[in-house]
Amino acid sequence: MTRRHTRVGPLAATDARAPRLDVDALIDDSAVGIIVCCGSGGVGKTTTSAAVALRAAERGRRVVVVTIDPARRLAQAMGIERLDNTPRPVTGLDLSRGGGLDAMMLDMKSTFDEVVISQTTPEKAAQILENPFYVALSTSFAGTQEYMAMEKLGQIHRAARKDGSYDLIVVDTPPSRSALDFLDAPERLSSFLDGRFIRLLLTPAKGPARLMSAGLGLITNALTKIVGAQVLRDMQTFVAAFDTLFGGFRQRAQQTYRLLQADGTAFLVVAAPEPDALREAAYFTERLEADRMPLAGLVVNRASQQPESTMSAEEAMAAAARLNGEASVTAALLRLHSDRARMVASEARLISRFATGHPDVPMTVVPALPSDVHDLDGLRQVGALLASG
Amino acid sequence: MTEAASSDWPDVQVHVVTGKGGTGKSTVAAALALALASTGKNVLLCEVEGRQGIARMFDVEPLPYAEIRIAQGLPGPDGHAGVVHALHIDPESALLEYLAMYYKLGRAGRALDRFGVIDFATTIAPGVRDVLLTGKVYEAAQRNSRNKGAIRYDAVVLDAPPTGRITQFLNVNSELAGLAKVGPIKSQSDTVMTLFRSERTKVHLVTVLEEMPVQETADGIDDLRANDLPVGGVVVNLVRPQDLSAETLAAARAGELDRTGIEEDLRKAGLEVDDALLDGLLTEAHDHAVRRGLEDSQRQLVAQLGVPTYELPRIAGGVELGDLYELAAQLRRQGMA
Ligand SMILES: Nc1ncnc2c1ncn2[C@@H]1O[C@H](COP(=O)(O)OP(=O)(O)O)[C@@H](O)[C@H]1O
Ligand SMILES: Nc1ncnc2c1ncn2[C@@H]1O[C@H](COP(=O)(O)OP(=O)(O)O)[C@@H](O)[C@H]1O
Ligand SMILES: [Mg+2]
Ligand SMILES: [Mg+2]
Repeated sequence: MTRRHTRVGPLAATDARAPRLDVDALIDDSAVGIIVCCGSGGVGKTTTSAAVALRAAERGRRVVVVTIDPARRLAQAMGIERLDNTPRPVTGLDLSRGGGLDAMMLDMKSTFDEVVISQTTPEKAAQILENPFYVALSTSFAGTQEYMAMEKLGQIHRAARKDGSYDLIVVDTPPSRSALDFLDAPERLSSFLDGRFIRLLLTPAKGPARLMSAGLGLITNALTKIVGAQVLRDMQTFVAAFDTLFGGFRQRAQQTYRLLQADGTAFLVVAAPEPDALREAAYFTERLEADRMPLAGLVVNRASQQPESTMSAEEAMAAAARLNGEASVTAALLRLHSDRARMVASEARLISRFATGHPDVPMTVVPALPSDVHDLDGLRQVGALLASG
Repeated sequence: MTEAASSDWPDVQVHVVTGKGGTGKSTVAAALALALASTGKNVLLCEVEGRQGIARMFDVEPLPYAEIRIAQGLPGPDGHAGVVHALHIDPESALLEYLAMYYKLGRAGRALDRFGVIDFATTIAPGVRDVLLTGKVYEAAQRNSRNKGAIRYDAVVLDAPPTGRITQFLNVNSELAGLAKVGPIKSQSDTVMTLFRSERTKVHLVTVLEEMPVQETADGIDDLRANDLPVGGVVVNLVRPQDLSAETLAAARAGELDRTGIEEDLRKAGLEVDDALLDGLLTEAHDHAVRRGLEDSQRQLVAQLGVPTYELPRIAGGVELGDLYELAAQLRRQGMA
């Protein structure tokens, strides 16, 4: 008996209903001055931001890309393996259309140090920089990296407006577990700095604040018991020294936040075709909308490539079984096909679930390349796929 | 059923599972917990990153700060199966419990919380946070008289932070060194370190056969060793199907598979063959062979790491609860549990 192979279920990875994200139109639009690539960890934010920046530069934009954590070989290929917090020109591009590309890798600690130094007297700055709590805050506070990425964006944006050095800034975001961290970080930092305990540490132990101080006594006793008196003193010194900077920090965070809401900004949300990443992308797109931040669209990265043949997974498995242990190569090819068809179908289901819940979000799908993306050609290839998917 | 190999880690009490984010740390930790339970052990599966990944994998409500029974291992030859409990550890709850248990600081503990001290301390000093999280893992692994009536476990599996942070996370006392040089927190972290540095603990690393994760695994192992932390095995996850022989793969890469022979086979299998089908299968074989080539070169690098390795297949439609048992069985057959 001969069986026709019929297409069962959606095998294509793109969802037919979702509007297509036109990446070239986005990067060619001179009104777009900032592109922010967000998404959960490992989905391809750094790759996407570098690929978008390179493509924009070769299409004639004067671009700077701020990357956070490029893979070693990619950093080498872009000439940014040195962490000096300054954009450097990327060589090896086709700049015949008048564009250019500078790149830098963010150094969170020196960015933070620079802010402190610029905001206070040299003596006070020195005192802050060596306090162990400042060291902890500037190197490992959950959110410092996000906050510093925004700070750097603000700095570059102000400089570029003044001297016209760039007309497009592409920003990569830190490898946080959640894309929302990027938007929440400045708020988190300022509410931390506004925190009750910090206020308490700053309260003089006399006058109308005496009532508060009763609570403080209980707390200092407990803390001394647990962490020791020295830690408490360091904490107090840090908070007192840092206090004068609080206002400045908050103001800068608010400025950058407004910049992100402006019309010239576009967010690209990157996700892998996996349940967690797409769930994260869904939260994030909803949040962008709620905060009136301009969403350009969703990039589904590293999707399984659609098989050329339309035979269903089940059909291929059944055919392999009918070979009954003979023709092992052919049976293996059929099982491979079945495996790939199942992957594509399950990714398509996830993507279409996203599209159903977010029918207005434009989308582009970038297939997984056989190897990592670690040189300019690889970035060019991803750029082309971004624009055509 | 294949015989289960004897375990490579019979005396290990604390299995720490790390890996590059997204490579399958949580999945492997869950499968390992089930595998250990299938050897009759009572196991506690802990998570510390606030993601509620365990609840999602086991299809249960989000986990509270309490040990919840979530699964049972497969019964062994004697019909006995161990139980898996799960615990979601957050630093605030761990601190309050710690203060109550060791300092009888019920009231002050709550005051600390109310005045945002806990938030302050765990936010500004991740070292403090890590001591609290690892301290709870320690407590569960070494149950003593202070925690009356608590369940005693034969093994604790920790779904840990990713490779990039794991040494810092486990090396709690050096992380604290800059902040607390003396005092109870310091001695608490010293005790925890003694367990982590001992042979009763192993840190396993999950990877996939790609360049960056394998490199990160190698760096992670060096880093752990440099800090005297005990390295366990490497779990290679998401492995592609291994059906094709080396010769067939080479032929597929070179585009030299026997087209006519395959066409005949497909007809024998009852399929209606056209060029689209045949070309499609050959292209897929070619792509697959290219990727397998890259995987094999990474696999060689993994083999050179000099630690036991285990492989888990990529499950085509995503991992469901039933698949976790299958992955557990594979880990057991390979001797990880
Ligand atoms: N479309 C793609 N095909 C193949 N590999 C990719 C693709 N996109 C990203 N990668 C690889 O995946 C890894 C993670 O990408 P990266 O951009 O660093 O992610 P993130 O910045 O989101 O953590 C890198 O090794 C990168 O080369
Ligand atoms: N062997 C496997 N086969 C198929 N999918 C897997 C496998 N291992 C993990 N996954 C999937 O990959 C994603 C990430 O896995 P997870 O265990 O959450 O990683 P991590 O904890 O390292 O971030 C999840 O969607 C999970 O279901
Ligand atoms: Mg990145
Ligand atoms: Mg996880």
